[in-house]
Amino acid sequence: MIAFLLAQTIAITGGTVYPVSGPKVDNATVLIRDGRIAAVGTNVAIPAGATRIDAAGKWVTPGLIDGAGNMGLREISAVQSTNEGTLRGNEVAAAFNVAEGINPASTLIPVTRIEGVTTTLAVPGGDLIWGQAVLIDLDGTTIEAMVAKSPVAIVADLSEGAKSAAGGSRAGVAQRLRRVFNDALEYSRRRTDYTRAQMQQLAASAADLEALLPVLRGQLPLVVVANRRSDIETALRIAREYKVRLILAGAAEGWQVADKIAAASVPVLVEPLNNIPTYDALGIRYENAALLAKAGVKVALMETATENSRNLRQQAGNAIAYGMTWEQALRAVTLSPAEVFGVGDRYGSLEPGKVANVVVWTGDPFEFSTGVEHVFIRGKEIPLRSRQTELMERYKTLPPKY
Amino acid sequence: MLAALSAAVLAAGCASARAGQAPAASPAPTQATGAARGQDTTTSVDRPQYPSTYQRHPNPPVLIRNATIMTATGQEIAGGSILLKDGRIVAVGTTVQAPADAVVVDGTGKWVTPGVIDTHSHIGVYAAPGTQAESDGNEATNPVTAEVWAEHSFWPQDPQIPLAIAGGVTTIQALPGSANLIGGRSAVMKLVPGRTVQEMKFPGARYGLKMACGENPKRVYQSRGPSTRMGSMAGYRAAFIQAEQYRRRWEKWNKDHSGDAPQRDLRMESLAEVLRGNIFVQNHCYRADEMVQMLDLAHEFGFKIRSFHHAVEAYKIADILAREGTAVSIWADWWGFKEEAMDGIYENAALVQQAGGRAVIHSDDASGIQRLNQEAAKAMYHGRRAGIQVTRDQALRWFTANPAWVLGLDSIVGTLEPGKMADVVLWSADPLSVYARALQVYNDGWLVYDRNDPAHQPKTDFSIGQQP
Repeated sequence: MIAFLLAQTIAITGGTVYPVSGPKVDNATVLIRDGRIAAVGTNVAIPAGATRIDAAGKWVTPGLIDGAGNMGLREISAVQSTNEGTLRGNEVAAAFNVAEGINPASTLIPVTRIEGVTTTLAVPGGDLIWGQAVLIDLDGTTIEAMVAKSPVAIVADLSEGAKSAAGGSRAGVAQRLRRVFNDALEYSRRRTDYTRAQMQQLAASAADLEALLPVLRGQLPLVVVANRRSDIETALRIAREYKVRLILAGAAEGWQVADKIAAASVPVLVEPLNNIPTYDALGIRYENAALLAKAGVKVALMETATENSRNLRQQAGNAIAYGMTWEQALRAVTLSPAEVFGVGDRYGSLEPGKVANVVVWTGDPFEFSTGVEHVFIRGKEIPLRSRQTELMERYKTLPPKY
Repeated sequence: MLAALSAAVLAAGCASARAGQAPAASPAPTQATGAARGQDTTTSVDRPQYPSTYQRHPNPPVLIRNATIMTATGQEIAGGSILLKDGRIVAVGTTVQAPADAVVVDGTGKWVTPGVIDTHSHIGVYAAPGTQAESDGNEATNPVTAEVWAEHSFWPQDPQIPLAIAGGVTTIQALPGSANLIGGRSAVMKLVPGRTVQEMKFPGARYGLKMACGENPKRVYQSRGPSTRMGSMAGYRAAFIQAEQYRRRWEKWNKDHSGDAPQRDLRMESLAEVLRGNIFVQNHCYRADEMVQMLDLAHEFGFKIRSFHHAVEAYKIADILAREGTAVSIWADWWGFKEEAMDGIYENAALVQQAGGRAVIHSDDASGIQRLNQEAAKAMYHGRRAGIQVTRDQALRWFTANPAWVLGLDSIVGTLEPGKMADVVLWSADPLSVYARALQVYNDGWLVYDRNDPAHQPKTDFSIGQQP
């Protein structure tokens, strides 16, 4: 059955195609074969036997990618027993990979994907170092079937939230992070001494220090949550010191140091619809995403509330209302997050060879008036059903038929 | 991740004339509160209690011309004009004459709607920057605190106020939180800059009484009780039984003045005013079955529930809600953050509307309040896609006329009609588009916000001198 579905050839015809990697193409065909995009263009030969999807008058884009949240790791945020995203009792949880906490049967997954979000980052929560984030496609009955990349990055916190893990001071947070990094490097140099217990006590367990080595070797990015301008600058400083591939997340005051972030070639994950001042970010404003993008920073957008991941397109629409161009915003929810998460060769655009995560919309994906017509994940058409659509059908006429 | 980033959102869940001018220059509610309402309904002492000192700000007459005007009365007027003068809407139509001193605003390509009204806000009582010092929304020391008034927590310098104004909001109901079965009185506020709470309080607006069912009170009081839904129900009943007695005692004394006046009890006063129909019950309640339990409670004691709030399962009992005449103040799409919110659906507002009920899109959130138009649009378009008919005017009413009704202010605000208070928003585009932003906001005829003019972008003291 699965093999049959994967082998299916689908031709989405006649739509206005936004490949993201290039300019839009009117009246184009997107050909999907074996879960991959086989061809995109106006002169695509459609094989006999292909399933045809008429997209005339519709817009065709890559599936949206949300660079945040606990998808699969959290059924109900207020119910602790349904939360898998935080390894409690370990402030330096670098070895904690969330993948095996993912529940492929989560009801949030269908709710999210039928609104055009096909891929999300599943991110741990925590104290100083939260763990390893993984990228998942929102379809599949097993964890293996869902995971697109694991790990994507190790996540650390330099914002106000991390202070409790370092004696209540931002300076303490930065010092503790450096101590952990130094110990990881020391550990990697003196494994034998460590095994013989001939080293002083290290700042984290061997497993967590080991897990940090790919970050310190520049092989795995480090996502750092930072919002205050000075915290962002601290993140940039530490990344420079240790030659870490940094991804900033949050970066509420990033617009104030956009040029520095751009000069460091550091990408930023931004949630546009945030402007409520806190002491972590008094300079927070709606124009952040636009100002970062204007300065040349690679911006990926996110909706951080897991159950609202489907509102990523509303986030993008508002980013446009506050200064991003439409093209920048589309890229910021497709190809840019794919590139930031190290899967730009497989995800984020409609190009031959890429994973066939494709959405057919009735119009501009960021407008409320636009509906989702078809969703394909890895080339498989997803039924536009969720627990919510079934509740709606049950109660559409009252009294319901139980 | 980034759980930290959204923590604030999740935590939240929970006489208009100037001196010398005639006070009648702006419309006032038909039913005044407090002492003005008359002896027969007076709860206790006959003296003013914390009266509004609101004064209308002067503004020259304003004519917005050649805009698309959505009146919230069923009309969408292309190439329309609207004239505002002395705090009132004077005329709306395609041919409106402007007085010589009117400021003329070119509305070409723009939209005009009534000011946005939010029935459920914690702005001012849970002020930014969200520290413990600014946490004034839940008097979580007793399950029944009908004696507390939100206006006594409200901070006029909350930096969230200008943000909401920039989202087109002109009136809010600031509510106590949902920790308690009965959390206290709400405050209906005009969103204008002010030094004092009473300068902002909507003159003559009724108080609401915040009640809460479900998970929150039983979580907060799990050790001392009520710790169950049945315990909560017993708690409401005990409070209203006491209030019935209090009301009778005062009515008897008001009639014959024999002997000493009964002891005043602030808690009982609020509840007795509910029994008299003078204070509206504003009831936080998520689940369908619990809302019907609360309607049964209201029947037992003979009061009305004006609006359920949050009501994510309203669509399951839309017929009952319509029959009862109880509105629902809901989100477009919040769901899943707790068990009683698991059955939220996009079509909630549309299904309530279809059944003949009164839907309101509310925020309960200092971020969401800035885009209630967007939330209404989401709910409208999803309803339509499910085959439920919702007109643009109906969707507009979800955040204008219907919330005005929930607050008892529908004869004064909520639509664009001659004689109504000049609470008006000029939008850059169709307000049901994600790309629309409020360009100008008029509150009682005063240009309180102009996106293109820093002279009309109020800041609270908190935001002064912050870097950069």
